[in-house]
Amino acid sequence: MSRIARLAPTAATTVSRRGFLVSTVAGGLAFSFLTACGTDPTGPAITVGETSYDPTIWYSIGGDGVVTVNIIRAEMGQHVGTALARILADELEVAWDKVRIHHVDSDPKWGLMVTGGSWSVWQTYPLYSQAGAAGREALIAAGAAKLGVDPATCTARNGQVLSGDQSVSYATLVSDGMDQAFTPEDLAGIALKPVSERRLIGAPVEALDIADKTTGRAVFGIDAKVEGMVYARPILPPTRNGSVVNSIDDSAARGIRGYRQALAIEDPSGTTSGWVLALGDSYPAAMRAADVIRVDWTAGATATVSEADLMAAANAALDDPAAGAILDTGNTETAPVFAGAETVIDAAYTTATALHFQLEPVNALAELKDGVMEIHTGNQWQSLVLPWLAQALDMPEDKIVLKTYRLGGGFGRRLNGDYAIPAAIAAKTLGQPVKLILTREDDSRFDSVRSPSVQRLRLAADGNGRVTGMEQHVAAGWPTKVMAPFFMPSGTNGVAYDPFAVSGADHWYSVGAHRVRAVSNELANQTFRPGWLRSVGPGFTNWALESFIDEAAHALGQDPVAFRLSLLTGEGRNAGAAPNSTGGARRQANVVRRCADRAGWGQPLPDGTGLGLATSFGQERGMPTWIACAAQVRVDRNSGQVTTEKLTLVADAGTIVDPGGAMAQMEGAALWGLSLALHEGTQFEQGEIADRNLDRYTPLRLADTPELDISFVESSEVPVGLGEPATTVVGPAIGNAIYQAVGARLRHLPITSDAVKAAI
Amino acid sequence: MTKFTVNGMEVDLDVDPDTPLLWVIRDEVNLTGTKFGCGIGQCGACTVHLDGMAVRACITPVSAVAGATITTIEGLDPDGAHPVQAAWRDLQVPQCGYCQSGQIMQAAAVLSQNPDLTDQQIDDMMTGNLCRCMSYSRIRQAVREAANAMKEA
Repeated sequence: MSRIARLAPTAATTVSRRGFLVSTVAGGLAFSFLTACGTDPTGPAITVGETSYDPTIWYSIGGDGVVTVNIIRAEMGQHVGTALARILADELEVAWDKVRIHHVDSDPKWGLMVTGGSWSVWQTYPLYSQAGAAGREALIAAGAAKLGVDPATCTARNGQVLSGDQSVSYATLVSDGMDQAFTPEDLAGIALKPVSERRLIGAPVEALDIADKTTGRAVFGIDAKVEGMVYARPILPPTRNGSVVNSIDDSAARGIRGYRQALAIEDPSGTTSGWVLALGDSYPAAMRAADVIRVDWTAGATATVSEADLMAAANAALDDPAAGAILDTGNTETAPVFAGAETVIDAAYTTATALHFQLEPVNALAELKDGVMEIHTGNQWQSLVLPWLAQALDMPEDKIVLKTYRLGGGFGRRLNGDYAIPAAIAAKTLGQPVKLILTREDDSRFDSVRSPSVQRLRLAADGNGRVTGMEQHVAAGWPTKVMAPFFMPSGTNGVAYDPFAVSGADHWYSVGAHRVRAVSNELANQTFRPGWLRSVGPGFTNWALESFIDEAAHALGQDPVAFRLSLLTGEGRNAGAAPNSTGGARRQANVVRRCADRAGWGQPLPDGTGLGLATSFGQERGMPTWIACAAQVRVDRNSGQVTTEKLTLVADAGTIVDPGGAMAQMEGAALWGLSLALHEGTQFEQGEIADRNLDRYTPLRLADTPELDISFVESSEVPVGLGEPATTVVGPAIGNAIYQAVGARLRHLPITSDAVKAAI
Repeated sequence: MTKFTVNGMEVDLDVDPDTPLLWVIRDEVNLTGTKFGCGIGQCGACTVHLDGMAVRACITPVSAVAGATITTIEGLDPDGAHPVQAAWRDLQVPQCGYCQSGQIMQAAAVLSQNPDLTDQQIDDMMTGNLCRCMSYSRIRQAVREAANAMKEA
């Protein structure tokens, strides 16, 4: 697992330690790094001249001058190939209409394959910039030789090498062939283009994946077919973990035309224990059979667990002061501060279970072909599921390939690739290709849900209303503990914790002593397979934090915006550090100020209408995206109905690589935040998800979509993530707006009209 | 045997009459642009045209389309250049794209009846189609743009 353990979000700043090779191959030129991106950067660098190496081709140029960029990230709506390819193409100096993208299948040479955390652009930027620049320099050298001029007189532009009034196209140079090697030192000496010379980064271009998504030609995992495949639908056990099949009675299914058989899945990895597959010649046959096949299980231990039980378990865990990990937030000794405080404010916040409800239900097509298990499926974390598959199939990892497809939504659901396992086991057992599709209800039942959460916050202030200390205690199910425990850091007390279930609480406000405690909800971990859901921890930590900051401002008699600005001073550990968090909390203060101005903070509004503001640093302190949202809502005092009239968002995400894609991510993430705040949420009943389809689980629809005013701070700082930050701020902004409108303070997500009515 | 037309092509299939049209289109006719989302007719990802009207293929039994003319996203325009598709590309509407065949088919069917719509009517006609990426702002604008283009045409 050591190669996965390197996942810790670090940008690929070590690329300069790798060699780079330009080589002639059939049909063009290949551009390769001599070690794979994502491999252990502390390991030995392979240098040019060594005889054995495995070049990893990151892009190629054909004899027609067309550049094909290999993409190892999953396309799930973020137009990631367009963003990444343009980073490379900008440095390479080629025209956008000559650029193609290719999403690769899983292979160890690519290193860590994961798409999540809003990391892709941030992590890939240094690597692709350098790859493009090295290619440009190689082509300039070749062009200079061809033209018989000094390379110093040459520039590259638009797929050509230019010197005075002479020029030669890349296509010609490619056709001539060339071989050039760069040592790590050579690479380090190549300067990236200055910001003023950028032609593609930050410019509007058409995303390369859009056209096929308007004609039905885009191929998703669910569309994959191979010769001779049979269809399968699972019959899911009563508990996610620990159910055992006693017997199967398929007599009622035998009359279904096209029904084949029922198959109990024996899964040595334990990932899908208790699953039974109904198999048929068509998916409708498998669907119908699954409905009528009777399976007798001995259920696992969580068969009666309710949402209330999960909340009670979280509260019990929080009650134990010794439980959990203390995060490193500087001075964590809050006890003396609270003991001497003039004012102490405390409150508790909760969030309900939430579903991913990605529109394409999870599915996988598996085929054992010449000793290799090929799995056609959309997946966000190939490097995580491959070891599970190897154990489940008793096959080495290098005999398992995940074929890459577009994802009909990821949102974190497909980081957990559990659905690939029963398809692969069945394909191996039956000796024929198996296409497994979960129905919507199946998908919801065994979704890797966002855990319900319970949080307790307190704040200490002195006699002048100055904040002297703060605590945030967070209890939730821990996806990383359940699925990727090798990836858990330790707190200052030596206890390992899930960083994704608490991040956001380690905020950039200067509050004096600051204690953040992450506590695992073990009952949650047993009852379901906790998931990383768009915006992950900050989806609930920032709901609590930003609601609480608002409450504290009011309790201390201060304006909520002025109060935030008074804490975002960028002192000490909140000063930020180059390159990723240059400017620190002062950049967060800037977006708060701009957002408040844009939204008309302080201006009078009609009765029952309120403006609320919330801010965050996106996902993680190591990669902050500074963001603020002001929500304007109208509340009907009689019904408690909340109508969101407008969301104003301002983000500072450093350099904006793909303006259209960046705006789309902001739009979608903001509306996700709105949907989670007012429209979604479910609960566990008898160990299972209660609301499994759109008749009862009701995400935001177009008719309830408010006006959006989204803007970016112009910046040439390091580009950071945009897939999730907006999701973190909308919920608390709405809660704060409801308070401004009618004086009702809501402390639970989702906010229902009944809860609003009760709080008025 | 059930006979009908899909994108101008005669289809004659021996399937159970209560088989949902969606799976017939996807797996028998091999047109996979029409998507499976909820299976209960509430997400709209499976929207196709039945004699010009938008219907949810996941809850339409194949027996109900005997003799009918079905159009899927693949058959909406031979060049993918229907005004709705053009507007979708112009505004870069799709994110993951999974729902967009259904969104486009929904919009195309309604606009072909009447492209002169108020903003409220656009909201009403599109709100039955779920976009989980929540590209709603752009869907709204794109329908308006397509409606304007179809009015002028």
